[in-house]
Amino acid sequence: MELTLALAIGVLTGSGVWLVLRPRTYQLVIGLSLLSYAVNLFIFSMGRLRAGTAPVLGADGSGNPADLADPVPQALVLTAIVIGFATTALLLVVLIAARGLTGSDHVDGRESR
Amino acid sequence: MEWTRHLLVVPILLPLVAGALLLLIDESRHTLKALVSLASTMLLLVTTVVLTRMADSVPVESGIVSLSYAIASWPAPFAIVLVLDRLSALMLALVAVIGLASLVFSLARWHRAGPHFHTLFQFLLMGLAGAFLTGDLFNLFVFFEVTLAASYGLLLHGSGAFRVRSGLHYIAINLAASLLFLIGVSLIYGVAGTLNMADLAIRLHALPAGDRVLLQAGAAILGIAFLVKAGAWPLCFWLPSAYMAAAAPVSAIFVVLTKVGVYVLLRLSLLLFGSQAGELTGFGGTIMLWSGMATVAFATSGVLASQAMGRLAGYSVLVSSGTLLAAVGMGDAAVVSGALFYLVSSTLTTAAFFMLIELVERAREPGADLLAVTREAYGEDSGEDEERDDDEVGVVMPGALAILGVCFGCVALLLAGLPPLSGFIAKFAMLTGMLNLDGLGTPASIPPRTWLLVALVILSGLAALLAMMRSGIGTFWAPLEVVVPRVLVVEIAPVVGLLALCLLLTIKGGAMIGYTQAAALSLHDPSSYIQGVLGPQQAPAVAR
Repeated sequence: MELTLALAIGVLTGSGVWLVLRPRTYQLVIGLSLLSYAVNLFIFSMGRLRAGTAPVLGADGSGNPADLADPVPQALVLTAIVIGFATTALLLVVLIAARGLTGSDHVDGRESR
Repeated sequence: MEWTRHLLVVPILLPLVAGALLLLIDESRHTLKALVSLASTMLLLVTTVVLTRMADSVPVESGIVSLSYAIASWPAPFAIVLVLDRLSALMLALVAVIGLASLVFSLARWHRAGPHFHTLFQFLLMGLAGAFLTGDLFNLFVFFEVTLAASYGLLLHGSGAFRVRSGLHYIAINLAASLLFLIGVSLIYGVAGTLNMADLAIRLHALPAGDRVLLQAGAAILGIAFLVKAGAWPLCFWLPSAYMAAAAPVSAIFVVLTKVGVYVLLRLSLLLFGSQAGELTGFGGTIMLWSGMATVAFATSGVLASQAMGRLAGYSVLVSSGTLLAAVGMGDAAVVSGALFYLVSSTLTTAAFFMLIELVERAREPGADLLAVTREAYGEDSGEDEERDDDEVGVVMPGALAILGVCFGCVALLLAGLPPLSGFIAKFAMLTGMLNLDGLGTPASIPPRTWLLVALVILSGLAALLAMMRSGIGTFWAPLEVVVPRVLVVEIAPVVGLLALCLLLTIKGGAMIGYTQAAALSLHDPSSYIQGVLGPQQAPAVAR
């Protein structure tokens, strides 16, 4: 499981960085989205990988914390997803506005020769 | 005394409520919106003044300089903690002062140039206040994002191709930096198991050597995110264009945004890697020192090369950031004290400068220089200027050119750091600290890099003076046909107000230096911060 997750994060980050460095605005937005998926998985993995365990104690406070999943990274990743989603949506609006105002989908608003 | 602790949450809640309320008011009711926004910002200013007095009333020696306010009454490491000490109180007051000034400035025209200006403005104030008050790394991220999301909207305020293009770069770079921020925060959480800054400072001691490397990697990645926000070389190329493209009141409040990066670096480097951190002491200091110096060198050449005044102001922001970073990198209490004074003085000055530029540019003949023309061609003329003459409210300022000239001269003196204004005192305090690392009167051997920094700080002042003289002559003296600009009282009043505050800083320099010294001393003694947040029982764990 560790290897799969590490590979997934690595591939997402690699493709994200490559796309962010491309000159088209659409590539930029996809690159940033891929990067944020990679970062979200990374935050999740920082709570240690564990399958099939609950993140909460029993109602009477029973349970050994070592047997439970860490709830904090799950809360963090939720927040990060929401914020990333909102800012990416805003970026999309700006991309469309830039396309309309400059007539080009180059990030600098004009083609480089 | 107990109820005053609840004032800590006011700088966050007040703009939040005001901003939400403003959403409900129809866009066409400008006056009502402006009044609500103005009332909220004025209340914010009053609150921050009270908070500053509260923070200043705690004696430095007693150990506890932080007042923490645990939201929802959870005990400290688990709660969302707000912390007030001298540094955060100072930054809050700065936010409120510049917020009020730019809001008043915007009332002449800018607040009607696009929808939701006041809401975005209030949310920006909320994010800034939260970032300065929070004692928790993840909440710092959240408040950072609130600030940035509002700033994206404000940067695009007024629209136009130039703004949208700079805004695109600004948003892309800040999104990438936020991702780095998240990686850094989660690495630190994965290693130390806490996000509370005070708790983290304690747990650093107990880390096994293998984990320490991971923590250093996390802190370094976090540091890069803040260096991007602060505009350190080589991560700063987006800044001058973005600040130049923004509307004048927006760029004035943006000046505080770069200071958030500097604030966090100052706070975290001294709290986590201060004198008590053992092997980790001084981690990152050298990098901040050199990158600060590189920023000053880069920005100085930028100041000299700038033709348009907006770009000149953008590079002045970078000079200020670079000087502060280098001073933080020195890690010495006396230097940090001078740097805090410099932070206040330079932030007020550059904010006033951005607003002044818009007024001065009106005095220029159309086509006075080529770059002004190219700027217009890029869309400076798109929409907001055409609508003005009919529906302007307020009194036109008489003798506008004379007042603008005097203000311009004051800004030049402040940027260059010449007496008699506060820019001189700030640089003097910093340089005195740098050249007397062992205390006043004891001869100390000064390493070459300190001499280099001293030279850079002085040269950057000289460059600012030259550039300001050049554009001042070009604007006020050279034109054969002087166009007397229409300047409203509400536009010039905030500029004069900010410059008057700089004058007050000069007159009350002793009291201000006393405050910044106390702030710097408490920053260099992290145990007082930790005790303030987690309670006195944590003292033995820290004091070893």
